[in-house]
Amino acid sequence: MSAVMIARKVRKWEKLPGKNTFCCDGRVMMARQKGVFYLTLFLIIGTCSLFFGFECPYLAVHLSPAIPVFAVLLFLFVMAMLLKTSFSDPGVLPRALPEEASFIEMEIEAANGNVLAGQRPPPRIRNVQINNQIVKLKYCYTCKIFRPPRASHCSICDNCVDRFDHHCPWVGNCVGKRNYRYFYLFTLSLSLLTIYIFAFDIVHVVLRSVHSGFVNTLKETPGTVLEVLVCFFTLWSVVGLTGFHTYLISLNQTTNEDIKGSWSGKNRVQNPYSHKHIIKNCCEVLCGPTYPSVLDRRGVMIEDPSSPAPSDASTAPTTKTSPPAPQTTKSTAPLIPNEHTPDEAKPSIGAGTQKTNSPKEEKPPSSSNPHPSSPNAVAPTVIKESAH
Amino acid sequence: MATEFHNLRELRHSASLATKVFVQRDYSDGTICKFQTKFPAELDSRIERSLFEETIKTLNCFYAEAEKISGQSYFEGCLACATAYIIFLCMETRYEKILKKVSMYVQEQNEKIYAPRGLLLTDPIERGMRVIEISIFEDSSSSSSSSTGTSPSSTAQ
Repeated sequence: MSAVMIARKVRKWEKLPGKNTFCCDGRVMMARQKGVFYLTLFLIIGTCSLFFGFECPYLAVHLSPAIPVFAVLLFLFVMAMLLKTSFSDPGVLPRALPEEASFIEMEIEAANGNVLAGQRPPPRIRNVQINNQIVKLKYCYTCKIFRPPRASHCSICDNCVDRFDHHCPWVGNCVGKRNYRYFYLFTLSLSLLTIYIFAFDIVHVVLRSVHSGFVNTLKETPGTVLEVLVCFFTLWSVVGLTGFHTYLISLNQTTNEDIKGSWSGKNRVQNPYSHKHIIKNCCEVLCGPTYPSVLDRRGVMIEDPSSPAPSDASTAPTTKTSPPAPQTTKSTAPLIPNEHTPDEAKPSIGAGTQKTNSPKEEKPPSSSNPHPSSPNAVAPTVIKESAH
Repeated sequence: MATEFHNLRELRHSASLATKVFVQRDYSDGTICKFQTKFPAELDSRIERSLFEETIKTLNCFYAEAEKISGQSYFEGCLACATAYIIFLCMETRYEKILKKVSMYVQEQNEKIYAPRGLLLTDPIERGMRVIEISIFEDSSSSSSSSTGTSPSSTAQ
C-alpha cells in the first residue's frame, strides 16, 4: 500500500506571505509585535477604570449623572475605533502570483531593451499621468508588482499596503486605505476622552478640596493623581497627533507622503489627489466608500502537499520565447522568497521595530514608524523582545 | 479553425492552459479602480476587440459606481460612524454589493463569450484588484501552437 499525501483544506490566511498574525480563524489581522498595543489597551482601560471608580460616583451625585454616562459612551467608542483599526486589514495588496510576476518581468525587459553586461539595469519605474501630474510607480521586489499610486511597502509587516499612511505600533497594525478613518476617529475620540477625564479630574479635586482640603482629597482618591498624570502626557501627544492628521486629511495627504516630502518643497509636484477644497478632501477620506479587503482571508483552499516551491519567476533572464510553465491546477498563495536587491537595502527586522517604551505616553507625529521603502532607508529602530 | 469549447466545464477538462494575459490598471483618473481598455496583442486572434472593450468598460462602470462619493456613501459612512461601525456586522456595504454584481457579470461573460473562445476571465478581486487576468487555453488535442500560445490563423467567431 503506497503512502498517500492527503491534500487538506486550509483557510487562505494560513498561507498568506508577510509578517502578520491572524486570530479568530482569520477574522483578525495584526502585525506581529503587539506589545505596545497591549500597553495602549492597558492605559486606556486602566485610566478609564480609575475614572469610573473614583470620580464618577462623586460627580454623578454632586454634579450630574450624565457625566459618567457620556464617559462610558466615549470610552466604548474609543475602544471600538481602536479595535477596528488594530484588527482590520489596512489595505494589503496581495503579492503577484508567478505568472503575473513573470509577465511583468517580460514587460520590463522589453521596455529596457539590451543592457550591457556589467552595467546596472535601469531602476524599475513606471510613469503614469494623474490629473496632469507625472507620478512614478515603483516596483516592489518583494511583492513583484508595480505599486499602485500611494501604496508603499511596510517592512514591519512585509506587505504592500494601499494608501499607506504609517505603521503604528500603538495600534499594532499598519494604517492604510481601509482603516485610516478608524485610526483618525480613534485619535480624535481619544483626545476628547483624555480632555474629558482631565477636565473632570480637576473639577472633582476642586469640589472635594472645598470640603476636605487638597491633601485629604488626594489621599481619599489616589486614582486621581494617576489619571491626571497619564492624561497630562497623553494630551499633548494625542491631541497633537489628531491635529496633524486633521491637517493631512484637509490636504488629502498621507503621513508617508508628508514625511517624504512628495508634494512639497523641492519636487514642486502638486498633490494630484487633492481636490483643492478642504471639505471635499475631508469627505473623501472620512466619508468615502468602505473598501472591502481583497485578501479573502477566510476563503478555503486545498493545500497541495506535493507541490514544489514556486519557481523564482524573476531569475530567468531570457523568458521572451518560452511562455510560463503551464499550470492546470489552481495556484496556491505564492511563497515568493523575499528578494532584496542591491539598491533597496530593506532592513531585515525580524524581531521587532518598536520604539523604546517611555513611561510617558508620547505619540508625536513622527514617532509612528512610517517605514517608507525608499532605497537605503534604515529606520532608527530598537529591537525589543515582545512578550507574546 | 478556431478552438471551440461549448462551456466552461469542457474548457477545464479538455484544454490546457497556454498562457495568461494581464490587463493592468489605468491610473489616469487617480487611484480609483479602473482598468486599461488597451487590447492585448495576444488576444488578437481569439476575440473581437469590441467585445473585449465592452467587458472592460462595463467592469470600469461597476467599480466607478462602487467608489462614487455620493449622498448614499455619505449616509452609509455617517450611519456607520454613529453606530461605531457595528452596523457593518449585519449590513453589507454598497461596495460589497457591487462586487457581488461584478462576480456575476464576470461569470456570465465567461459563460457566454470567453469560454467559447477558449479564454477565461478571472475576477479582479481575486488578484487584489490589480489586474484582470485572462487565461488563454489551448485544446489539448491540438498538436501545434503549444509553445507560442496563440492559435495559428484561427478565425474567432
